[in-house]
Amino acid sequence: MIIVKNISKQFGKLKALNNISTSCNKGECIALIGPNGSGKTTLIKCILGMVLPDSGTLTFNGKDISGDWQYRSKIGYMPQIGRYPDNMSIGQVLNMMTDIRSPETVLDEDLVRAFSIDKLLDKRMRTLSGGTVQKVSAALAFMFNPEVLILDEPTAGLDPIASELFKEKILAEKEKGKLVLITSHILSDLDDLVSRVIYMQEGSLIFHKSIEELRRDTGEERLVKSIAQVMAMNYE
Amino acid sequence: MNKIVKYVITDILRNRIIIIYTLFLLASALTVFSLEDNSSKGLLSLLNIILIVVPLVSIIFSTIYVYNSAEFIELLVSQPLRRKSIWLSIFTGLASSLALAFFIGAGIPILLYQANMIGLTMILSGTVLSVIFVAIALLSAVQTRDKAKGIGAAIMLWLYFSLLFDGLVLFLLFQFSDYPLEKPMIGISALNPIDLTRILILLQLDVSAMMGYTGAVFKDFFGTYPGLVFSCAVLLLWIALPIWLSTKKFKSKDL
Repeated sequence: MIIVKNISKQFGKLKALNNISTSCNKGECIALIGPNGSGKTTLIKCILGMVLPDSGTLTFNGKDISGDWQYRSKIGYMPQIGRYPDNMSIGQVLNMMTDIRSPETVLDEDLVRAFSIDKLLDKRMRTLSGGTVQKVSAALAFMFNPEVLILDEPTAGLDPIASELFKEKILAEKEKGKLVLITSHILSDLDDLVSRVIYMQEGSLIFHKSIEELRRDTGEERLVKSIAQVMAMNYE
Repeated sequence: MNKIVKYVITDILRNRIIIIYTLFLLASALTVFSLEDNSSKGLLSLLNIILIVVPLVSIIFSTIYVYNSAEFIELLVSQPLRRKSIWLSIFTGLASSLALAFFIGAGIPILLYQANMIGLTMILSGTVLSVIFVAIALLSAVQTRDKAKGIGAAIMLWLYFSLLFDGLVLFLLFQFSDYPLEKPMIGISALNPIDLTRILILLQLDVSAMMGYTGAVFKDFFGTYPGLVFSCAVLLLWIALPIWLSTKKFKSKDL
């Protein structure tokens, strides 16, 4: 579904992405893992067209994304730090996004209800706590029934109950055959969600394996331990 | 695209600055017209206020607006929208609300006291100046991510167009006073939209007789039909060129 081919990106002297190639298919739930500053968010932003790579190609459903914009209607994106216009209320933001995306299908408002955002519709965005903003971002990412979900550190600010609800929702969407790309440092959250793992370090892709392969190669049952082993190996 | 323009305009109107700006223009226009018993004298005083205030407010407000909506722009870019239409919508929203503020603040009093060719020229020039300086502001704001740098650049640009440029021209005139500079002056005046609009309006007033030989050359050129077409084309170019450049830059910008 998404094919990344030899993508490189440089910010000044920093090589954020170094010749990355990989592919993601339908029905997979892929974890992007790596230490801070390893280029996970940059890779995601490249897929979204927010950062334009210096070289390499990205294809979405067989079509090159450079210069294209319609493909983004098939992506639900939840940013690491959701930032919205301060003066707007939650209700206005939700309406605006619906207006902009003009969806053909029925809106998926499961998360709006689950997080009881519908009771906060009049609140201004600047008065919200970090966790509530995260909830709004999450609800927006799922609202338009996208084929691909890209979640950047989704559970970082959520309380345990919201986080559980959110994980259930991700599993349900994965069952429907959607592609879920997720980055997180809270590996225990990922354990029962992901089917594949992409490990990145200093802008390079170290490996892209299914979780069974990873278990077999490291000899550990839990994702936390296998990744800890991989990280220790690459840490020097 | 229309949808984004709508959100930009509602967002700007929610901002009190634009209303204060309108009221300020309204107050100064009414004061100037009621102080002078001759309303064409009032128009001249208003001209000087407009040529200073309109570019200043347009450029600073637009720059700050673009920096403050960085989040909004980021949000829009991750949605199925063309980058070009996002950028042009922001421009359209800013330009139309500033032009509207000018029209209500200065246009209505001018129409009340001086509803003739001079008044109309002045309303048109003020509106075009508002749009030009929004375009220039967007061009300078797209260059850097640093808000302080961006606002500093906007202030420098305003200072250049309203003060430094005239100083440079005077310097040139003195240095080359032995040569006939009247014709090149027409070309040089095209380099500054504020000067161009000032000349356009002054030529409509009787005071152009006081500008000496250069004034006569200006009158000969700008007073004619081709001259008018030339100045309109130059003013439009002052809108189109910055917008074209900034759109190009925005399309390849990392957010």
